[in-house]
Amino acid sequence: MKNLKLTAVAAALVIAQQTAPALAADGPTLKTVKERGQLICGVHQGRYGFAVADSKGKWVGLDVDFCRAVAAAVLGDSEKVKYIPLGSVQRFPALQSGEVDMLSRTTTVTLTRDAALGFNFGPPTFYTGTGFMVRKDIKVTKVDELDGASVCVFPGSTTEKNVSGLFKSKNMKFTPVVIENSKELVGAYMSGRCDVLAMDQAGLPGHQQYDAKDPNEHVILDGVFSKEPLAIGVRHGDDQWYDIIKYVTYATFNAEELGLHQATVDKMKNSNNPNVQRLLGKSGDLGKKLGLDAEWSYRIIKQVGSYKDIYDRNFGEKSPLKLPRGLNAQWNDGGILYGFPMK
Amino acid sequence: MADIQAPRKSNTSILNSIAFRGVAYQVLLAAGVAFIGYYLYVNVNANLERQGIATGFDFLSEDAGFDIGESVIPFDSSQSYGRVLVAGILNTLHVAIVGVFLATIVGVLMGIARVSRNWLVSKLASGYVEVCRNVPVVLHVIFWASVIRNLPSPRQAITPFDGIFITNRGIIYPIPEAHGIYPWLGVALVVGIIGAFVLGRRAQKRREETGQFIPTFWPGLGLILGLPTVVWLAAGAPLVWDVPALRGFNYQGGASLTPEFVALLIGITVYTGAFIAEIVRAGIQSVQHGQVEAARSLGLRPGLVMRLVILPQALRVIVPPTTSQYLSLTKNSSLGVLIGYPDLVNVGNTTLNQTGQAVEAIAIMMLVYLLISLTISVFMNTYNRLVAIQER
Repeated sequence: MKNLKLTAVAAALVIAQQTAPALAADGPTLKTVKERGQLICGVHQGRYGFAVADSKGKWVGLDVDFCRAVAAAVLGDSEKVKYIPLGSVQRFPALQSGEVDMLSRTTTVTLTRDAALGFNFGPPTFYTGTGFMVRKDIKVTKVDELDGASVCVFPGSTTEKNVSGLFKSKNMKFTPVVIENSKELVGAYMSGRCDVLAMDQAGLPGHQQYDAKDPNEHVILDGVFSKEPLAIGVRHGDDQWYDIIKYVTYATFNAEELGLHQATVDKMKNSNNPNVQRLLGKSGDLGKKLGLDAEWSYRIIKQVGSYKDIYDRNFGEKSPLKLPRGLNAQWNDGGILYGFPMK
Repeated sequence: MADIQAPRKSNTSILNSIAFRGVAYQVLLAAGVAFIGYYLYVNVNANLERQGIATGFDFLSEDAGFDIGESVIPFDSSQSYGRVLVAGILNTLHVAIVGVFLATIVGVLMGIARVSRNWLVSKLASGYVEVCRNVPVVLHVIFWASVIRNLPSPRQAITPFDGIFITNRGIIYPIPEAHGIYPWLGVALVVGIIGAFVLGRRAQKRREETGQFIPTFWPGLGLILGLPTVVWLAAGAPLVWDVPALRGFNYQGGASLTPEFVALLIGITVYTGAFIAEIVRAGIQSVQHGQVEAARSLGLRPGLVMRLVILPQALRVIVPPTTSQYLSLTKNSSLGVLIGYPDLVNVGNTTLNQTGQAVEAIAIMMLVYLLISLTISVFMNTYNRLVAIQER
């Protein structure tokens, strides 16, 4: 079925009608999204913290929240999003062919993806790196002891290359077990087919908490073994849409920096801080420059939240994962989130 | 009169000629197809260029940078995408060839069992056929994958015989260590098979000419097994077993069948075997019962009735639909992607995703499956001509 879909996407790429990029006031993507009244967002099929359907079938997660933020800014309602769950292999053709308006799917930015696939990537929404989870009973404490192990890994992900490179550099051998479907892959690790589960480290605690029979039987090894800046991807050729994605992301960063959070934003509405006034659309014309209305960023904060709200909800204190912010803290708080000035 | 005839002559335009029309329609159709192909090609190039997506097959020589779980040829991550795709193709062929072989054996046995006069045997065979062909092949494959994954871990391996380990990491078994004489054993085996074949043909010819029956089964088997044994004994019977042993995470030494290979193989074999069983049953039942009675009344034993009377007539009914089953088995092997068997589709998808060359990667996959399928078709059609009843 996966392959059918993949083939269909490739076929769509083959027969898609050629549309000239219009450089009018509303770029083609913004226009399409507004006319449709719905944002179509490509997300992961199921990775705790990033994108997963909850018990009521509602999509939740950090990637999902960024889809909602864009919908809130563009359409005025963060619920006007259609989520398309995509496997790691289908995601790029889906974006290229226009099946989705944006890709918010734990996607690592690399030069090849940026340049040769025809994408632009917004500012990273999450920094992580390849991590390893093992069962405690194999008594391994560090990666150097994994020589000869079977490693479960997603196909076509940057992780796959990282693991190959890492084991090669340490002169160790391993057997990759490569399954595209997340559920099957994690199931293969949990049933003991693999000694090691390798993926972006931020994804591991979720599987440990939710998929393991007993989370205490597993341990996440220390160390992060690659740079994985995860960001929202859009197609080349629509600069306005790219700008919107970029500044929606920065708006969540800057909101946190200015102390504007979901619960408190209404109280701050009358603040005299010019940066707050601009971000909430009280002064200036930031929205107009992007092709949006004045309250676009207010709605992001009100309906979705600042980056802190988003992080806490999905990874931090308010989630079962309780992952420390690490690199994903503000630049003035020991992290590397650095929202560009919005003026 | 002349006035009327003259225009009529010139009316007999070339457009009314049957021969011309026949050719013209074909030319038009061919031109149409060519135009659509050209349009798609130009359109896809324009679309790709507009989106700034690099095209072409240059990526085949780039370093792959990822490893695969098993490979018929040596492969490591510093080799090219082209090489990893070849490894994927060979993995596909590996599982498909073994699958076709096993599905044929299962199908023929089950098909014969279904028409058996033994009540238990025939009911068991029908049970197998009805259960297996009515369950989607995807479920077969996933079912066997989860069965195998739930086998014990290497430390608690099941050992039916000394040196053989059945675990959730696969089936690990000892193999003889390489020795200079082994290639010659292979040669002796081939010579033995050819010898047995010639012997069989001689006996058949003799029987047709004189009616004299010469048993060939035991001499043939003796030839096939005996020749390599003689060669092996003559070389001093060298045999050292490479016995697998548990070291670190897994068994080292010996050889192994990976869980993914075994699951995929069992899944597609069991599924296709059920269809072949039905085809074989239909073939056998297509031979009129009178033929069997005639053969029996001539005093032929049941085995000989099957071999000499029923099967030769049944084969012409069996072979064509079996070809389609072989084709579908080969294509179904692409389901390996679901359980992690590194077949062509699996490594093709990874390549696609690493390089982003969706159109090229899928074109390669389609072309390879097309070539494999056409090869099987040609081979089976040739075989079909051989078994077709020759008028004498």
